[in-house]
Amino acid sequence: MQTDADEIIRLEKVTFAYQGGPVVLDRLDFSVKRGARIGIVGPNGCGKTTLFHVIMGLIRPSSGSIRIFGREMTDERDFRLARRKAGFLFQNSDDQLFCPTVLEDVAFGPLNLGGLPAEAANAARKALAMLGISDFENRVCHRLSHGEKKLVALAGVMAMEPEVLILDEPTAGLDRGTRQRLLEILRGLEHTCIVASHEMDFLTQVTTTLYGMADGKIDMSEEVTVHSHVHLHAGGGYRHTHAELDDALSPMACSRPDSSSGGGE
Amino acid sequence: MGVELPVSPRAPLSALDVRIRLICVILFSLVAATLQTPGALGAATAFSLALVAAARVPVKHLLQRLMVVNMFIAFLWFFLPWSMPGEELFRLGPVQVSGAGVGYALAITVRSNILVLAIIAFMSTASITSITRAMGLLRVPDKITYLFFFTYRYIGEISSERTRLVNAMRVRCFVPTTSLHTYRSYACLVGMLLVKSFDRARRVRMAMLLRGFDGRFPCLDAGRISKLDLISLGVLCLILLGVLYADRC
Repeated sequence: MQTDADEIIRLEKVTFAYQGGPVVLDRLDFSVKRGARIGIVGPNGCGKTTLFHVIMGLIRPSSGSIRIFGREMTDERDFRLARRKAGFLFQNSDDQLFCPTVLEDVAFGPLNLGGLPAEAANAARKALAMLGISDFENRVCHRLSHGEKKLVALAGVMAMEPEVLILDEPTAGLDRGTRQRLLEILRGLEHTCIVASHEMDFLTQVTTTLYGMADGKIDMSEEVTVHSHVHLHAGGGYRHTHAELDDALSPMACSRPDSSSGGGE
Repeated sequence: MGVELPVSPRAPLSALDVRIRLICVILFSLVAATLQTPGALGAATAFSLALVAAARVPVKHLLQRLMVVNMFIAFLWFFLPWSMPGEELFRLGPVQVSGAGVGYALAITVRSNILVLAIIAFMSTASITSITRAMGLLRVPDKITYLFFFTYRYIGEISSERTRLVNAMRVRCFVPTTSLHTYRSYACLVGMLLVKSFDRARRVRMAMLLRGFDGRFPCLDAGRISKLDLISLGVLCLILLGVLYADRC
């Protein structure tokens, strides 16, 4: 098997099915190179979360091989080493936070990496500052709003200074303001990223490559399709553009054809 | 370890109505708990093993559950053999182990295992909703049904929540050691489990109240008791009477 020094994650012929359930990942191949910003798009239930749980070693596939940072993942020990450099953001932030206060929770990762309490607290404060939520330090995790929990969960992951970020539906349930904030944070990072979402607008602004996931496999063909979106609203007959569409046509997303406006354009 | 065993739809015992199975379990339990003689206990053990075979319970799951029961019974073996007065069997230093004590501990062990085997055999092939429905139809007080159903529901929920929290810890490189950080982390885990479970219970209760729940469990389908059910119940009663007779003679 050819190995690429730049290849961070490689999955070959990975198959997984939940006990008593249908096959979710079916001889799946997936490869992530350093610096890549990959979006995985697919409907609910197509296996995006399962794929990420397999990459992080939370569940084991029935067959196939997983290589992370050039090391074959065979047991929990291998995954523990990989997790030191791969940060995973759960779809539901409620599942990610479990310490009483925000500072304790964000410091949890650095403490596990062997940091002294003072060092871990500093790393936590640095991560909170990077996300602009330093004032959350003494708040109770359990009482935060959904959007606030998402940002704290991300801080908890960033505090470990990972080399690759794996984000599972990061915008799920977020209001427009928090979504925008998250978008700005992610666009400002230089990490290798894998983002699963079914929100195309978000993916096109945060990632540079999009793969579709269906039938337990990832389609890595990078085929580009010209398409248009049809919509209707009052005043459609007059010449007009849409503000959201202008955002989508920003430099980040300009590498591929995007939706065209309807109506009079 | 899951809460429900994998159900085998083709197992012979699955064909019986759940109400009949509940009645069988109750009758079997009442009889098995009173058995004293080795012969009767042996016959009851053979019968319960036959029931487990008829229910086609997977051996691995059966052994896991028996292990949990026997862990509790093991405690009794620490106390009964020398705390009961009786003819000395042997000495362990200053401690006198009596035959009566060993016999009593053994009888408890066998009876407990017989009971658990029978309960697993009869009830593991019934879903929780059908058991709750059967309890309602048998006029079991609603409060008991309520407690039973929610205990089951929340054991499953708490188990899922625990898995999610443990995954959250694993993903951030938590490795248990004998350190204050580990103890603190586990304390947070337990605390969070309680807080989240309580919150979820409150939300579920609100959802139920909003749909008119008043403590009762009405059934959609009453089910039918067939001739097979009545014959099976009759056969079980005869077997139990026979075992009781053998025990008393």
